[in-house]
Amino acid sequence: MEQHITIDGVIVPFKPGETIMQAASAANIYIPHLCHHPEFKPHGSCKLCTVNVNGRNCSACTFPAEFGQQVLNQTDELNKLRLRIIQMLFVEGNHLCPACEKSGNCKLQATAYQLGMLDSHFPHFYKAHEVDSSHPDLMLDRNRCIFCTLCVRASRDVDGKEIFEISGRGINKHLVVNSPSGKLHDSGMEMDDRAADICPTGALLVKRQGFSVPIGKRTFDNHEISEDLDEQ
Amino acid sequence: MNDTSTNGLKRVVIDPVTRVEGHGKVTLLMDEANQIKQVRLHIVEFRGFEKFIEGRPYWELPVLVQRLCGICPVSHHLAAGKAIDQFVGVDPEDLTPTATKLRRLLHFGQVLQSHALHFFHLASPDLLFGFDSDISMRNVVALLDTYPELALHGVKMRKYGQEVIKTITGKRVHGSAVVPGGMNRPMLKAERDYLLEDIDTMIVWAEDALKLVISLHNANLPYHDQFATIRSNYMSLTQPDGALELYHGGLRFRRDDGSTLHDHFDYRNYDKLIHEEVKSWSYMKFPYLQELGPETGWYRVGPLARVNNCDSISTPKAEAARVLFKAHSGEAMVHSTLAFHWARMIETLHCAESIKELLHDPELLGEDLVTQGERRFEGIGVIEAPRGTLFHHYQIDENDIVTKANLIVSTTSNNQAMNESVRQVANSYLNGRELTEPMLNQIEVAIRAYDPCLSCATHALGKMPMQVELLDVDGQLVDQLNKRSDGVIYR
Repeated sequence: MEQHITIDGVIVPFKPGETIMQAASAANIYIPHLCHHPEFKPHGSCKLCTVNVNGRNCSACTFPAEFGQQVLNQTDELNKLRLRIIQMLFVEGNHLCPACEKSGNCKLQATAYQLGMLDSHFPHFYKAHEVDSSHPDLMLDRNRCIFCTLCVRASRDVDGKEIFEISGRGINKHLVVNSPSGKLHDSGMEMDDRAADICPTGALLVKRQGFSVPIGKRTFDNHEISEDLDEQ
Repeated sequence: MNDTSTNGLKRVVIDPVTRVEGHGKVTLLMDEANQIKQVRLHIVEFRGFEKFIEGRPYWELPVLVQRLCGICPVSHHLAAGKAIDQFVGVDPEDLTPTATKLRRLLHFGQVLQSHALHFFHLASPDLLFGFDSDISMRNVVALLDTYPELALHGVKMRKYGQEVIKTITGKRVHGSAVVPGGMNRPMLKAERDYLLEDIDTMIVWAEDALKLVISLHNANLPYHDQFATIRSNYMSLTQPDGALELYHGGLRFRRDDGSTLHDHFDYRNYDKLIHEEVKSWSYMKFPYLQELGPETGWYRVGPLARVNNCDSISTPKAEAARVLFKAHSGEAMVHSTLAFHWARMIETLHCAESIKELLHDPELLGEDLVTQGERRFEGIGVIEAPRGTLFHHYQIDENDIVTKANLIVSTTSNNQAMNESVRQVANSYLNGRELTEPMLNQIEVAIRAYDPCLSCATHALGKMPMQVELLDVDGQLVDQLNKRSDGVIYR
């Protein structure tokens, strides 16, 4: 007999060992997320994918699917919690969408739209973060980093370089570069590394590409982030 | 001239309470004889931009700096674009023909919509209902009631300009089009055909608006020719043959008698031509022609400067209008401040004609959009924004990061001229110890003729809250007059 769970009352099959997120994605059910990426081992840090499993809140990206689970996903209560998480991400960083080249292609922005974010709710931190533009082809703008660790995992698990890591705690948490200077230029990172193209926001970018894709042709110009699970 | 000493002067402060794009405050300093000796028009705007774009990568600039303004963002987008072209080794003449024509079309759409907004929404209520008319009448809503056809033309002309902008940048306000060395998308034939549908109507409406401006000007000639009128120098871009130019050309600087001091001046050397004076009481600098000095080297920019300075206009209807305009003054230059409106509508007609020409140009639909050359570290872009010559100057380091930015916006260039016009008006209307509403209105009208950013900020829908204080030599309050946003005056 096929193993299955239910998500918002819909029967969703899963294979042994899959997480709730994997089962949901296979069934084309959107669970909001930012640190999850199907290519990489789950990290479970952003907490956007929090779902209610048999009455208890869990991270869908790390929680194993088990037969008979009743999962609640699209509820007002959960989406309100997710909205607050997104708002906290916005106020902790300096996400200036109007002037950001990632606008329209940014998963943080798209998720905020998806959750109906209309304001920041919390006071902005306005903490200054270092911009590292030392690399000839890549730029690291820590103002836009949300600590999803996708670059950390991509560099370590795919590129085999271990260029990135998260350091510090609380307000002092920041992305560090594993190089003699602490900057990208002598890190060994290259444009075609997987890590160079994994950032869900505009924190890690290939230089001199900004705004080359016109409005109307950007990833999220014509559909919501929930409508295209192929790249998530 | 404005006196520089403030000893023994009284002070009148006119303080608009609200702000959107800019915040204006007028201080009138009087002497013992209650004559205005000095005017200080304070404007708080733009100061942050030059600093906070430092540290950002240069390709962000056109999108970042266009947030300076919601009325003419395209001008900032294009001026920054012209500057960052140079970082990838591209000068204006190196751009592909299609990229150049798309940018020109975009700019004509911008100037058309901005001029239409200013004339129909902001200036025409004053001109049609009278400068001293009831505050409830001096707005576009009253215009819709009394002159519905004219008001609708204004709304639709602005919309047309915005449609041009949206077609090229993806949005009516704050889109993206310029990338280093070119443009980010071609124009489709269907889009071109869509814009062609209404362009003939726009030309007719622009002609109608121009006729209206001329008739209003001629209906009260002494007033229009004398009100806030000052003799000044003028600066603008022109084409190599001296024709009117809005997108790219050399700088021409003419004195008040029409003599030419500089012509076809390469704007990349602007800092050898223009200096900026900083005054302790203003957030806005005072540019002046270096060789003339700050006392006599100040100048006006914008429609009046451009139409005064050029030898011709490339489109036939606008050129005929220019000839009539120049004939009106009987001398080389037209100095009437209210003639800004006249010149503005000549340009509006020129924009509509030029848009039609470009839409019929097959190169507009080309797909060769971007070019590149040798890398450089300094870029200077200059354009004729709706309100006048706009300078964007940037330097970057070897890591593509902006290290220095200097912007001279149009309103800044008109700074001293606005002070002079307000002083002229204030001396006519304020001659005593009592402040009156007509005086406030006339000062507003003088400032608004220049179409500075603060005019749209503080006069949208005819609401310009003001606080006026009259202080004597010892700083004691002699009189106070307040105006609420609903037009109610109270002491």
